[in-house]
Amino acid sequence: MSGTATRRARPAASTLVVSAIAYGVTVFLLLPTILIVPMSFGPDQYLRFPPNGFTLRWYAAYFADSDWIGATLFSVRIAILTAVAATLIGTLVSIALVRGRLPLKRVFELLVVGPVIVPNIALAIAMFLVFDRLRLTGTTFGFVAAHTALAMPFVVFTILASLYRFDSDLERAALSCGANPLQAFALVTLPQIAPGIVSAALFAFIISFDEPVISFFISNLDNRSLPRKMFEDIDYNISPTLAAVATMLTVLTLLTLILGHFLKRRSSRR
Amino acid sequence: MSARPASFRLGGRSYSPAASLLLALPFLAMIVLAFLLPLAMLLHESLFVPSFSLANYEKVFDQAVYLRVMGRTLRISAFVTVITLLLAYPLAALMARTRGLLLAILLLAVLLPLWTSVLVRTYAWLVLLQRNGVLNDILSGLHIIATPTQFLRTEGAVVLAMSHVLLPFMVLPLYAALRSIPDDYVRAAQMLGAGSFSVFRHVVLPLSLPGISSGCLMVFLLAIGFFVTPALIGGPQQMMLATLVQQQVTEMLDWPFAGALVGVLLLVVLALVLAFNRVVRLDRFVGQV
Repeated sequence: MSGTATRRARPAASTLVVSAIAYGVTVFLLLPTILIVPMSFGPDQYLRFPPNGFTLRWYAAYFADSDWIGATLFSVRIAILTAVAATLIGTLVSIALVRGRLPLKRVFELLVVGPVIVPNIALAIAMFLVFDRLRLTGTTFGFVAAHTALAMPFVVFTILASLYRFDSDLERAALSCGANPLQAFALVTLPQIAPGIVSAALFAFIISFDEPVISFFISNLDNRSLPRKMFEDIDYNISPTLAAVATMLTVLTLLTLILGHFLKRRSSRR
Repeated sequence: MSARPASFRLGGRSYSPAASLLLALPFLAMIVLAFLLPLAMLLHESLFVPSFSLANYEKVFDQAVYLRVMGRTLRISAFVTVITLLLAYPLAALMARTRGLLLAILLLAVLLPLWTSVLVRTYAWLVLLQRNGVLNDILSGLHIIATPTQFLRTEGAVVLAMSHVLLPFMVLPLYAALRSIPDDYVRAAQMLGAGSFSVFRHVVLPLSLPGISSGCLMVFLLAIGFFVTPALIGGPQQMMLATLVQQQVTEMLDWPFAGALVGVLLLVVLALVLAFNRVVRLDRFVGQV
């Protein structure tokens, strides 16, 4: 074992090389998005690095622009409704998958993962075709239905994981102590899987809020999501306002990840 | 206690098929409306409008312009898959033998890009690569180039940006596979005299193959149907399949042909998933957060 000990103390040259490459890749992963942050505070009409000054004018421009605010509010509404719908529907089907004797279970499992295997572009134009005929483009219902389908795999997997962790003996104990099945579920099972459900809702919210492809097609002139508005602006007029939006979105993602991390810690401590 | 319905058995172990179906009903309604029905109607459009014919599918393979788009899509996707594999492996290897705070930081470095909007990351590449962008500033500052170079609208830029956007999807399955290799295996090989390369070649690499295959499958699948980044970074010269589909729908209004393009894409996806004989391991992406 002493050979191992010395090897441990002095890593091989190849290990150092691998680590050096790995840190380089980490920088590559983070750098493009992080560079945008200081650039969004630069005063010039086109972005430069390093910025030659500090201004909040692009943030002010975002908040003063009714197009940006309208798209943002629309996306927030869609994302909240998607989170609610996806976790409700997802919780029910997860319970059926784990605890039920669901006929054609394999088919249901395939339908759950379907939206993540089928490329978004395929789903997007297929929904455009149908929603156009059903007059659902640009509607809250259309967006929520589309985003719920897209978020479903992530939601179901998250809730399944917490259902598998849950000790069903606890529910059995509640039942044998006189609780009816609904009470046992609501008072014993639900609180136990709640952190899983909340992080599933978080997933659904981000997936919907950031979703660019389906939004691109099912938006219309009256109602478009934030990603659709960003897509148009990137394509037609690259203004520094976009950098301000990008920075705010990155910070929002960071906060969500940290929140998700604490939720996971809470649920695994139980 | 006696009031318990027969379908709802003691211990919550299992619900009757009828009760289970009832629980799954909202899901079924949603997935029919927003998944099955749209895809079925699109494929119907490609095959049966106005009457049954395979003409739309023949058009995909008959005309050189469409074959070039398909070829480019496969080529770019293959490049992106190989590049992300080469970049992700060292990072995943480092993460697999790291614990504590450093691991948390590395995981954050992978998860933050994964969950940051694709549009934000694509926009960042546009800013870096454009004619008066950061890369041109740096290169001319170092006197490597004299006049600003157009990096955008090149295949290289598309490959670079796509590799960056899809990299987390390669790192996570590799990390999961490498972390599951017991330290003892590596130590045993070392004690038997294997050098670090043979440990890698004969122990680590074979044991990480499941991670390699699910990472490659995931990245390749995402790449061949990728819309946002190629549409914004590449130009008409670098058109990939998804942009062609969009053009057929929004400019040509040729739904039957767009449907055929999607049909071909779905066939490729299905063939790949079946060939790898594994459902994409979604839980690995979900479990990380």
